[in-house]
Amino acid sequence: MSELLKRFKGITEDPGLSFTQKARYLSLEAENSLPYPELDEETAKALEERVICDMYEGHAPFKPRYVMPDYSVVLEKGSVFLELEPATTLDEAINALMIAYHHIPSVTNMPVFIGRLDNLLLPYCEDVSDEDLYKKLKLFWRYLDRVLPDAFMHANVGPTDNRVARTIMRIDAELKQIAPNLTFIWDPQVSSDEIFSQACLSIIECSKPHIANNPLHQPLFDEHGYGIASCYNVLPLCGGASTLTRINLHEVARRSKDTADFFENVLPKYIDLNFRLTEARIDHLFNKSGFFESFLVKEGWISKDRFTAMYGIFAMAQCVDELQAKEGHSGKYGHDETANQLGHRISEVLYKAVEARPMENVWRGKAMLHSQAGLSDDNGCTPGVRIPYGSEPDPVTHVQALAEHHAFYPSGISEILTLDETIESNPAALEQLVKGAFQLGFREFSANISNNDLVRITGYMVRLSDIEKFRECGGSRINTTVLGAEAAEKGKILDRAPRVMSHELAPRYSQ
Amino acid sequence: MNLPRATVSKVLKFSCVDGPGNRLVLFLQGCNFACPTCHNPHTMKLCDDCGDCVSECPTGALAIVQGKVLHDPSICDQCDKCLDVCPINANPKVTQYSVDDVLALLYKNKPFLNGITVSGGEATTQLKFIAALFTAIKSDEKLKDLTCFIDSNGYLPEAAWKSVLPVTDGVMLDIKAFDDTLHSTLTTRSNERVLTSAKLLFKADRLTELRYLLIPERTDSSKEINALSEFVQTLDASIPLRLNAFQHHGVKGEALNWPAMKKPDVERIAVKLREAGLKNVMTPSTYL
Ligand code: SF4
Ligand code: SF4
Repeated sequence: MSELLKRFKGITEDPGLSFTQKARYLSLEAENSLPYPELDEETAKALEERVICDMYEGHAPFKPRYVMPDYSVVLEKGSVFLELEPATTLDEAINALMIAYHHIPSVTNMPVFIGRLDNLLLPYCEDVSDEDLYKKLKLFWRYLDRVLPDAFMHANVGPTDNRVARTIMRIDAELKQIAPNLTFIWDPQVSSDEIFSQACLSIIECSKPHIANNPLHQPLFDEHGYGIASCYNVLPLCGGASTLTRINLHEVARRSKDTADFFENVLPKYIDLNFRLTEARIDHLFNKSGFFESFLVKEGWISKDRFTAMYGIFAMAQCVDELQAKEGHSGKYGHDETANQLGHRISEVLYKAVEARPMENVWRGKAMLHSQAGLSDDNGCTPGVRIPYGSEPDPVTHVQALAEHHAFYPSGISEILTLDETIESNPAALEQLVKGAFQLGFREFSANISNNDLVRITGYMVRLSDIEKFRECGGSRINTTVLGAEAAEKGKILDRAPRVMSHELAPRYSQ
Repeated sequence: MNLPRATVSKVLKFSCVDGPGNRLVLFLQGCNFACPTCHNPHTMKLCDDCGDCVSECPTGALAIVQGKVLHDPSICDQCDKCLDVCPINANPKVTQYSVDDVLALLYKNKPFLNGITVSGGEATTQLKFIAALFTAIKSDEKLKDLTCFIDSNGYLPEAAWKSVLPVTDGVMLDIKAFDDTLHSTLTTRSNERVLTSAKLLFKADRLTELRYLLIPERTDSSKEINALSEFVQTLDASIPLRLNAFQHHGVKGEALNWPAMKKPDVERIAVKLREAGLKNVMTPSTYL
């Protein structure tokens, strides 16, 4: 039997995977047995050495990584392809969404974005009593978790204070499910204090929602607006992101003689190579895959010219520490002013490089820089620009150390603040922390409360009790438990009292 | 005028257990009680520059210069060996803060803060500084919405309270015991002034929270709990009462032989107090 067949066989016989999980891994293996989109030698070498990385996304990109449909299209106009009439009642609207989700591709084959739900559903709620609204949304929420069990699936509510947003946050805190993940979009000019307080109470209850700073995001987008998908990716609605590629900054620092060499030679080289990798993948998606012939484009759920390219980086902490060591400085990232400033300078250089490079088949002709929050097997590398797990300073110092980075990462940057459970009796402290963070320029805010069973790993949620069960008997209904268990072991994630991370996928079968 | 300075053992920029919202907390060095149950015994006394700790420091962060012990935080690795060897429960790692130094800290962290709390040690042993600091905060346009709290053992005499209350928004007060002999064994001082302080603060509408440390076989007797319940009710049954549970963490000396207070016993006492009519009894969220 060939190696490939042995892998197929291994997957089909793995007692720890459900049959859907097996089917998914089989399809990934099949895709990866195809040749890679053509890369020049230098780019291929950098990818091989994992200085740059394609997120193990598969050799033949035949769907965008993140699809952010404008679901109002199917609600208001129906769908010829899906044989749906426009929705006229709340039941019909929820039902149409439930159907729609099954036709939205993504890297995980489950939708990573299920809509700004209050905007979508409010028009159908006028004659619905509070009690009915609660019952219907609760069933909807249960359906999402059981049928689309992927913690990267992301719902958005806010910034207005409305019944749907309030009811969803209430249900989410009650059910404490892993899926869907939830973002509350906050805008001090629009959101009421009450709904902001409710969001903070809900974080205390279940480490969700994540809070997004609307005044910083909104101006970067157009009249279609934006949505937050997966682990805190801020992307154009009615489009999405074709690809996510990323640079391992630690590897770049290791290949540099000193800080000057890093900035002058080595970093620019890998920035360029990561662009080439991105271009090759986008070229395949746009020119070979036929994806954009889909009914989603024809019916206007998405538009071919609204897909950005997410340009990711990670391991900033290890990069800065490595450069500091090469310069004979001992100050550590997250704790030392010089180290922190070096980090901010790297972010700025990256941002300018991404802004300066024109790209074909990319929304507005430019990629968007992203602080990427990690796969489950990023051995020893800290997600994005975060401070390594277990060594974070107090939450205020933490925010102050990282705030300057936020301006440079338009497609998302997530920190996870770990708060101990004493905050439960003092939610005002959490509110002030969020407000302070946003005032200093944080685009997004996530927290884990230390005695919550439900915690963020790299941005996706897991239940600690599920990881325990998974270790004991192997097998979980939820995709991300597998990821979480891996991340917990390799990333020392559970070392830190509690923790939030943001992230994406179990991209390979690893056995 | 000689501007007051404070001897500070620690500053926290994030605390959700020292009053409402997030607070900057200044831990002032020095205490007028000497409780064996203290979980920060190194905050009790001011350093007398005996020098015993200097040679114990593995990183060379301590030195004697002109008879004074100095600490260099940039090379200290917080091993706390100096605290372990100090014969008088003092701390060589303190920093002197002027009022302006603290105001600068507050400006820098203002977006994150609901207020400031001075704690200890016993904060009121440095009352002049507190009064000057709180007065400065209240008269500063950018800082005046911060609330100013004191965490105290209540030993401060009545007249002294009056000097600081006009600029103080609230006080969290510890009562260690109601039986005076017991109080003396637990703290080395009588409780008379403590109970007077509680009443005075309540009358002045400044008593934010009462705290009572439960120590098995000492302060958890029915007699003590009944006295606690009666005392609170003579003030107001809805005053927040925080029950703390004696644990060994940080404790030095004889009290390490005392049993730790267990959660079920704390909860039982809380139930009893609630049944007696107290409306706002809080129990610890962790037992460490
Ligand atoms: S804690 Fe004390 S003994 Fe330890 S390094 Fe610092 S000054 Fe020296
Ligand atoms: S801290 Fe203690 S041991 Fe060190 S000099 Fe001061 S009194 Fe002496």
